[in-house]
Amino acid sequence: MKHELIKIESVVKEFGDNRVLDGLSLSVREGEVVVIVGPSGCGKSTLLRCINGLEPIQGGEITFRGQKVDGNSRSIVGIRQKVGMVFQNYELFPHMTILENIVLSPVLVQKRGRKEVEEEAMQLLSRVGLEEKRDSFPRELSGGQKQRVAIVRALCMHPEVLLFDEVTAALDPEMVREVLDVMLTLARQGRTMVIVTHEMSFAKAVADRVVFIDEGSIVEEGSPEAFFEHPGTDRAKRFLNTFTYEKVEKGA
Amino acid sequence: MELLRWDVMRSYLPLYRDAMFLTLRIGWAGILAAIGLGFICALIRHYKIPVLQKIVGIYIELFRNTPLLVQLFFLYFGLPKIGLDIPAEPCGVLGLALLGGAYMAETFRSGLEAVEPIQMESALSLGMTRTQAVLHVILPQAVSISVPAFVANIIFLLKETSVFSAISLMDLMFTAKDLIGLYYKTLECLTLLVVFYLIILLPVSALGSFLERRLRYAGFGD
Repeated sequence: MKHELIKIESVVKEFGDNRVLDGLSLSVREGEVVVIVGPSGCGKSTLLRCINGLEPIQGGEITFRGQKVDGNSRSIVGIRQKVGMVFQNYELFPHMTILENIVLSPVLVQKRGRKEVEEEAMQLLSRVGLEEKRDSFPRELSGGQKQRVAIVRALCMHPEVLLFDEVTAALDPEMVREVLDVMLTLARQGRTMVIVTHEMSFAKAVADRVVFIDEGSIVEEGSPEAFFEHPGTDRAKRFLNTFTYEKVEKGA
Repeated sequence: MELLRWDVMRSYLPLYRDAMFLTLRIGWAGILAAIGLGFICALIRHYKIPVLQKIVGIYIELFRNTPLLVQLFFLYFGLPKIGLDIPAEPCGVLGLALLGGAYMAETFRSGLEAVEPIQMESALSLGMTRTQAVLHVILPQAVSISVPAFVANIIFLLKETSVFSAISLMDLMFTAKDLIGLYYKTLECLTLLVVFYLIILLPVSALGSFLERRLRYAGFGD
């Protein structure tokens, strides 16, 4: 059995009186692709943000390789370098070119040589088919291109885990594929990934394990085959039904 | 009879030129100080630094809501009563810096607020410290967003220097009033006054539009 990278133990997250995560526990092993699904507002994005120390938690504990994740501690900077995150709206830096976006953190934070980082950045960019965009600004790129750059930017930090927060939700339908293909490639390379998504067929294709969250806790988890073909709970069944139209009658 | 006597105007030119340099000297010194002060105040307010943010809040309201003339009188005639005697020129610079600082602070702050908070998170998620994120990600965007309002402030402050004559600084306004009082060449003196203010301000205005175009090109808009 492989190493446990992320361990989430009975985490409680509250916004005021609103309990978003209710004693949720989950662990992610090295090389594993975990896909988190669930209805809007179920806490799945919040969970990702907690893993990266962007949200303080009110109870429980999150550790990365045994180190406690705490947004206010000194160790958080080191942890975040190992835990890459890709956001729904790309969040590239609009005042920098594509190459500068990618190179900034490795040079600034990891003190690596600019030349070496630029070479790696160009290699990664060409792998996602965007090497000719190196000197463009983010606003000149399509959503799908921006999201591929955001993935490259995270990769260039040499993270051990990648967190994807609904990375295709803001994209036009025809651009979803190009981003998902990049993620599939990464999964095949054996990268550890935690993916929050609404793309069910993608989840099926990429996941080693599917986690279904509702109302702040895990309702069901298992292999993609088991979850999508034979969901064990009514809530999961109802959730999956919202993605199909088989039971809708025309003109009814 | 001629409308304007050119020979008279020509003979006034050296006086106006000296006055313009004084206006520029005090103006730019005051404005540079105002930018520095405004910058610090904006960061304090935006990042809600305890205690300091209260003080900055009071300072901003105090100086934005009183006329520069009153502030200058206070600094120039008021402070000597408690033993703080500041000569006219530093007094002008200080007055302009304090007034300008309050306006600049609000301008920078609105720039900082226009940057999406998630940009900070994006930078943090790449392992940056808060300070690194502010310096490399937030500030460059905030500054470019505030450029138009910022240039408007500079123009406003340069024009405000015209009240310096009240604390007997020999700026453009003072020179014009003085010459009118001496020789009654009112129209000539006032025309020169307008021309010299335009000489100072038009380039600033042009630089502003240029910067605005450049910075808008360099980013923004999804």
